[in-house]
Amino acid sequence: MRVTVIDYKAGNLTSVLKALRHLGAEPKVTDGDLAPVENAERIVLPGVGHFQATERLDATGLTGAIRAAIARGVPFLGICVGMQWLYAGSSEAPDQPGLSHFPERCTRFPEGHEKVPHVGWNSLEVRVGSRLLAGVEPGEFVYFTHSYEAPVTAHTAAITHYIEPFASAVESANVMGVQFHPEKSGATGLKILRNFLSWEGKGTA
Amino acid sequence: MITKRIIACLDVHGGRVVKGVQFVDLVDAGDPAALAARHAREGADEIVLLDITATHEGRATLLDTVRRTARELFVPFCVGGGIRTANDAAQVFEAGADKVSVNSAALADPTLISVIGASFGAQAVVVAIDARRDPYAADPVRDAQVFVQGGRKPAGRRVVEWAREAEARGAGEILLTSMDSDGTRAGFDCELTAAVSEAVSIPVIASGGAGTVDHFVDVFGRGKADAALAASIFHFGVSSARSLKEELARAGVSVRLPC
Repeated sequence: MRVTVIDYKAGNLTSVLKALRHLGAEPKVTDGDLAPVENAERIVLPGVGHFQATERLDATGLTGAIRAAIARGVPFLGICVGMQWLYAGSSEAPDQPGLSHFPERCTRFPEGHEKVPHVGWNSLEVRVGSRLLAGVEPGEFVYFTHSYEAPVTAHTAAITHYIEPFASAVESANVMGVQFHPEKSGATGLKILRNFLSWEGKGTA
Repeated sequence: MITKRIIACLDVHGGRVVKGVQFVDLVDAGDPAALAARHAREGADEIVLLDITATHEGRATLLDTVRRTARELFVPFCVGGGIRTANDAAQVFEAGADKVSVNSAALADPTLISVIGASFGAQAVVVAIDARRDPYAADPVRDAQVFVQGGRKPAGRRVVEWAREAEARGAGEILLTSMDSDGTRAGFDCELTAAVSEAVSIPVIASGGAGTVDHFVDVFGRGKADAALAASIFHFGVSSARSLKEELARAGVSVRLPC
């Protein structure tokens, strides 16, 4: 199964590629060549680090190619900053637009409560009917490391509590995102990646 | 609810685990890849591999070890020891590490923290601090000193102040080892851990001195640690991270269970 993994120089792809290969997928990495996106069967947009790094997606034309792929119904998974990019933007880099697939913006966790960043294993409250998170039972944990959060909306697929409830997963037809790192979340994370890889739905957002 | 992390630590030398946990029923109890996999299976929330060879000749061996260890590991994986330059760090990431821990090289050149962070993200940079209380200071905890060379040589920095600087320069986490407690099995230095944890907003991993489950309860409570390194405790009656976490849960500590 072919998966196009977008490299926009935001951190290390090794762990994501390793997890995808472990699950039997054949990841193809692109850092600017549009053909692997135009012909993609599935797209994964990983990303750690700063939201500003997503400017490279605009500069290389990947943003438009991804938007077109999403419109064709290609299953898309954004991880961490890759999920945040699905929104209109983030207060981490206010002038850098996101894809605006979801109209809300990501914001920094409120200060003065717990530590920011939110680092470690936390649990998921999964929305009934989520395909990405199918089979994830209450009390299963996933690994987070982030300082910015997406708001809870109608498209939220899972809620996690840290300082306040935030969207730890988002899902709308073929467009999915996870704030946590499934590639680093043990058996639960692999189950979620497997759900993404095996999803055959043809719906468009 | 966010949970307290139990991190299994493997000290490796020349590609072999030399300290830390040895399991009698493993065919090769000194193989880092096999031991890391075992720890992950048995509930460790994260794996740290510390290369104590830390020589130039040892780098190729280390990278091979990291590559083999990372291959089937799907929990966070941190590698430290002998990382002196951004290029050293890049090679370790390339081999499959999610985080690197830097110590004396960051003291010598603090910009190393931001340089690695710029390429791999702040979450990937752990600053390790070897600390000793200063018994002659008015406040031995607030004035605790940073040491290098395995705790032999003072670095001329205060621990709390260096932790703050590391955070300001973009460190993602602090790995704080109390040289006073290390090897004693008498408990973590909770006062020092709390002083550092309250001084920074990034997570603090406590290390040094664990001998009983109560020591972990203590460091997560009084010590305000976000995570704790476990190594020799597995020799003394606690057989795995899972059983340690089960006991912690009974004591009211929030941990990842089942795992």
